[in-house]
Amino acid sequence: MLSVSNVTKRFGGLVAVSDASLKVDQGRIVALIGPNGAGKTTLFAIIGGFVTPDSGRIQFEGRDITGMPPHAICRLGLTRTFQIVQPFAGLTVRENIAIGAHLRHRGRAEALERAAIVGEQVGMGPLLDQPAQSLTVAGRKRLELARALATEAKLLLLDEVMAGLIPSEITEIVATIRKIRDSGVTILLIEHVMQAVMSLSEEAYVLNQGRMIAHGTPAQLVADPTVIEAYLGHGAAERLKQESDNA
Amino acid sequence: MKTTSFGEWVLYGGICAYLLTLLVMPSQLWLGFTINALIVAILSVAWNLLGGFGGQMSFGHAALFGTGAYVTAMLQVRWGINPWLAAVAAIVAATAVAGFIAALSFRYGLRGSYFALVTLAFAEVLRILASSFEISGGGQGILVPYKAGLANFQFADRSTTYALVLFLVVVAMLITLAVQRSRFGAYLIAIRENEEAAKALGIDTFRTKVLAMMLSGAIGGAAGVAYLQTYLFIDAPIAFGSTMSIEALLGPIIGGAGTVWGPLVGTLIIHGLGETAKHLVSGAPGLNLVLYGVVLMVILRYLPDGIVGLARRIGPRRAAPTAMPEDR
Amino acid sequence: MWSLVLPAILGGLTTGAIYALVALGLTLIYGVLHIINFAHGSLLMLALYGVYFLYAILGIDPYLALLIVVPVFFVLGYVLQRGVISVFSLGKEQNVLLVTLALAIIIDNLALYFWTSDTRTISLPYAYTMVEIGPAFIPLPRVIAFVAALVAAVILWLIMSRTRLGKAIRAVAIEKRGAELVGIDVDHTYAMCFGIGTACVAAAACLLLPTFYVTPQVGYAFVLVAFTTVVLGGMGSFMGALVSGLLLGVIEALCGLFLGESLGQIGIFLAFILILLFRPSGLFGRRAA
Ligand SMILES: Nc1ncnc2c1ncn2[C@@H]1O[C@H](COP(=O)(O)OP(=O)(O)O)[C@@H](O)[C@H]1O
Ligand SMILES: [Mg+2]
Repeated sequence: MLSVSNVTKRFGGLVAVSDASLKVDQGRIVALIGPNGAGKTTLFAIIGGFVTPDSGRIQFEGRDITGMPPHAICRLGLTRTFQIVQPFAGLTVRENIAIGAHLRHRGRAEALERAAIVGEQVGMGPLLDQPAQSLTVAGRKRLELARALATEAKLLLLDEVMAGLIPSEITEIVATIRKIRDSGVTILLIEHVMQAVMSLSEEAYVLNQGRMIAHGTPAQLVADPTVIEAYLGHGAAERLKQESDNA
Repeated sequence: MKTTSFGEWVLYGGICAYLLTLLVMPSQLWLGFTINALIVAILSVAWNLLGGFGGQMSFGHAALFGTGAYVTAMLQVRWGINPWLAAVAAIVAATAVAGFIAALSFRYGLRGSYFALVTLAFAEVLRILASSFEISGGGQGILVPYKAGLANFQFADRSTTYALVLFLVVVAMLITLAVQRSRFGAYLIAIRENEEAAKALGIDTFRTKVLAMMLSGAIGGAAGVAYLQTYLFIDAPIAFGSTMSIEALLGPIIGGAGTVWGPLVGTLIIHGLGETAKHLVSGAPGLNLVLYGVVLMVILRYLPDGIVGLARRIGPRRAAPTAMPEDR
Repeated sequence: MWSLVLPAILGGLTTGAIYALVALGLTLIYGVLHIINFAHGSLLMLALYGVYFLYAILGIDPYLALLIVVPVFFVLGYVLQRGVISVFSLGKEQNVLLVTLALAIIIDNLALYFWTSDTRTISLPYAYTMVEIGPAFIPLPRVIAFVAALVAAVILWLIMSRTRLGKAIRAVAIEKRGAELVGIDVDHTYAMCFGIGTACVAAAACLLLPTFYVTPQVGYAFVLVAFTTVVLGGMGSFMGALVSGLLLGVIEALCGLFLGESLGQIGIFLAFILILLFRPSGLFGRRAA
């Protein structure tokens, strides 16, 4: 469904993404992991059309989308969320989600109706008429997800939607994401919370210093001590084992 | 859906009552003042579409107003074209100028202070051009010969002019209302609130902003036409000078940016204040402008949602704070 | 041909020096801190009146007036930023735009009320002492202004690169929150910046008045030119502002020469539009990120 081939992006002297490739098949939940500054968000920005790569190609459903503007990519059915949440601060939750819904629904009333449905779906039902400004971190992360979902995307790119959440909130949002996938949406997610990666995704890529250094099932990656020690920091292997035992 | 608060009823009701009273009981004294304020209000409504809803603050809306006025005047006086036709051409021209400015500015990603400055610069370029060429009347400006009559788009009777200008204000506000209730309006607001997020959700922000500016140009051009047909005179400082650009944004910001009523409310209130000041301290040119400046600062500090925002908070208001994005 | 163009260029350079002087203050305010100050021209106008009255009433020479006007305007700028602009704008960028616009309207029209729209000039004994430079004769005050522009640019550059205040200003410009965390008084730094910028305007007024005039509207003509100079100079570079001020003076002079006097300024505004569109980082600036 999505194929990223040999993408490179430099910011001045810094190579943020270097010759990175990945593939996402329809109907799957794929994770992209790696330490801070690895270039994950930059890769998302490239896929979403926000940043033009210096070289490499992005294909979505067999179509070359490299260099297309973000709105056009979104219309094809690929929507990203932002790691640093970007709410429409002055609008309510319902109005926020409705902006996403408008992509496929022209009428105002219709979009607002869709917004309510999507809001319920991600568990924001009671918050629909709150101003987006007043939401907690968890609420804002959920709102990112809801807005993207409302565009009726075929592929969602979720950038750390669980960062900063407490465990109970994570459990909830993990369930929500799984539900979304079951409704037929493919998901590529960046995640730091390993527990979530382990329980959600069937497949993961590891990015480090811009390079794609490993690919496999989370279980395989966890078992790969070189990956863990080198790229998730010392002691990570132990931590991961504990987390996966708990999950 | 959106409900109207007690304060809003009083505010809008008061304004409607005043405007309608003047329609049935014309008073020369009030007519002169109100016609002038309403013409500015049309331009304010135009500014509000892009500046209020879309968050792109132009400091050069005089470019659109002036184009409307100059094109009507030049077509009539230089080439003897029928004023109604000239008016249509002027509105088209102002729309085109708006589209040109917006396409250039937004193509290169100008926003915030850069957009404000580039629009101001465009207005200045037009001002210098208009005052430098024979065909646009040079430094003298253009005087349209007085020939009252419907065919000439001139009216001997001030209250007819008033009715016409009032009609234009109503049309402009209805356009705003339609925008506010449409996807286009929602997109504009999304761009104002967060342009990156808007892009991510599939909004063609460039196209949306350019279209808003063009719509703004059409309405701003109409304001210029109305000005010319009312006063039958235009020169470069009036048409393209900073005063008109400033007046265009004062109304919406004082009245309430991004609302349907804001531009009219704001314009009428500051013009009313200015007029009062003029009468109290006679022979003091510019003192009304000092007052505008003070009011602007006070509003920015204490009423960020303008007077309409204040009215909304007054009195009971049935629940359901849902719906229209206008309720920010 | 050259006999016309060369004097025009020299004349343009001296006008450009004035543009640069006016823009140097704005470079600090807008270029470095991104406070868009529409009242910059109005402050220049106020300073011009200050210099005018000091001469007309007390007989103080404009160059001597530097010692009075510059400190007074420094304080005025500091107070304006700290007590008015930041208070009324609630710290929002787009409100700053509007607050300074409001200030400009208020100052300009108060000046009109108190001092009428009369054009005022002073006549100094040495105002028309000519200095021969190549093929052209330039009034002495213009030459002084030219040298002063150079000196002012160097002083500002020294303040920015060599003093604690300069460091604080640069820190605040890059990262407001971060600067706060390491103990920099952000409000004070902003106000100092505004104060210095305003002091520059006052200095420009002292150097300008001997060969110029003052009316309540005089500031407006300088506002857009000053913004143009700052952007062209690369937003925050003093040397850039100096060079671009001179360049704009020459552009204006040449446009005036070839297109006619009234179209002179159009060159500046067209240059501005082109710069904003195609090279917003300025001619001399680093590429914008
Ligand atoms: N617009 C930009 N300009 C310059 N450097 C950038 C930009 N965006 C990201 N970077 C740099 O690229 C690297 C990768 O960042 P990012 O993609 O955010 O990493 P991650 O999401 O994996 O934490 C970092 O070193 C970051 O500082
Ligand atoms: Mg990231």
